[in-house]
Amino acid sequence: MDEFLNFQVIADNFTYFMIGRYPKGPLGGLGLTLYLAVVSCILSMFGGLILGLLSISKKRWVRWPSVVFINAVRGLPLLMVIFWMYFLLPALLGRTVPESRTVIFGLTLFTSAYMSQIVRAGIEGIPRGQTEAALSTGLKHWQAMIYIVLPQGLRNMIPSFVNQFVSLIKDTSLAFIVGVSELTHVGTQINNRTMAYPTEIFIFIAAVYFVICYAFTSLSRLLERKLSVGSSA
Amino acid sequence: MDQGLSYFSTFVLVFICFQEAFVLKYHFDWSIVTSGKYFDWLVSGLKITLELSSVSIVLAFLLGLLIAVMRMSHIKPIRFIASAYLEFFRNTPLLVQIFFWYFGSYKILPTAVNDWLNSTNFEFAAAVIALTIYTSAFIAEDIRSGILSIPKEQMEAARSAGFSFLRSMQYIILPQAVRITVPPLVNQFLNLAKNSSLAMTIGVMELTYQARQVESYTFKGFEAFTAATLVYLVISVSITWAVHVYDRRVLNPQKAG
Repeated sequence: MDEFLNFQVIADNFTYFMIGRYPKGPLGGLGLTLYLAVVSCILSMFGGLILGLLSISKKRWVRWPSVVFINAVRGLPLLMVIFWMYFLLPALLGRTVPESRTVIFGLTLFTSAYMSQIVRAGIEGIPRGQTEAALSTGLKHWQAMIYIVLPQGLRNMIPSFVNQFVSLIKDTSLAFIVGVSELTHVGTQINNRTMAYPTEIFIFIAAVYFVICYAFTSLSRLLERKLSVGSSA
Repeated sequence: MDQGLSYFSTFVLVFICFQEAFVLKYHFDWSIVTSGKYFDWLVSGLKITLELSSVSIVLAFLLGLLIAVMRMSHIKPIRFIASAYLEFFRNTPLLVQIFFWYFGSYKILPTAVNDWLNSTNFEFAAAVIALTIYTSAFIAEDIRSGILSIPKEQMEAARSAGFSFLRSMQYIILPQAVRITVPPLVNQFLNLAKNSSLAMTIGVMELTYQARQVESYTFKGFEAFTAATLVYLVISVSITWAVHVYDRRVLNPQKAG
């Protein structure tokens, strides 16, 4: 070994790491990682909201299945959820599903279960008096929820949603397992091709994930401070 | 825990519906995962999953304790190292860390360590290292909030009684903090059991790996993955239940009545 670490391999493949073969071929690398994370995040915010509301429903037959579903998903490794999607989706839809779609489904299902806990905690954090006041002005239960409780609760949920987005960015690395060429997959690909620089490649990839995730973690802390200062003033 | 008990009845129900829905297209054969060679594969996978999680949780606890104490140190560089460690390992994917230790660590480790690692089961060792370091960063935060929940006066009293910082931690603060930290720690064990599934990517033959293996030998993916799913659910339900009991019996006995 002439040199200790040689980062030339990163410079040589930099665009491939960042966007894959994008302008001429499909999006890959970091671009695909962010695409998967953003799409799954938006979908699972809705999923989490719905599951969260169902899980605090007054009706037993609504609350019960949703709580069981949430706990079952939370008890499973994400890898297992992705494998299930890999088998179930084609069987249910009766046609093949692109791998990236499979991963988005898996991530959405998995993250929705976690987001529902945030939604639930956010709603339970709003004093009961709010709901009671809303009901006594003549609003129905669902109206009180949507117009009075949720808007206040959502504000408290924002920092946790950002944290969940950070987890989601990290979780997209599992797309590797079904062959979606996001950042981690691109890293292993280049590692297999060049053979001699695994240390450099994985340090670089870890650093890229770190920069993005740390930025969002800091944002979430900032929001937490800002929002709590605002509400106490 | 009616929730925990009802868990399975619902799951079984869903699962029967599911079987009915596919019965025309797909021939189910549960015997392959309930006995014989493939059953043994899954059992050996479960054993490795538990082994991996148990070894890693012990090491991660010790490392996490060290980092948490470093984080509260009065010496600035030590504090900085501890937070840098926490931030870095919490904000990178576990899979990348596993790949780093498995494929890339040989260039930065001393030759003696490399030789020793290669003489052991290296896949398993790399998975233990990655899982330990990743989990220790989360455990350190749990321990830190446990320590912060102990009134400051305890530390001041210990210091004025003549204990050094480390001795006050050891004899006064940590014994109280660890008691509060038990539930989050047990939850970390659950996370570890789930995260250990990623070790399959480097060829550790744990539960998910074996489920996949059974699938590729028999083309019975539904059966294999259902079996593995049930095992993961049993682990998670029993751990959640244990935390619940601990909370009721030890931390908040007044709630139990």
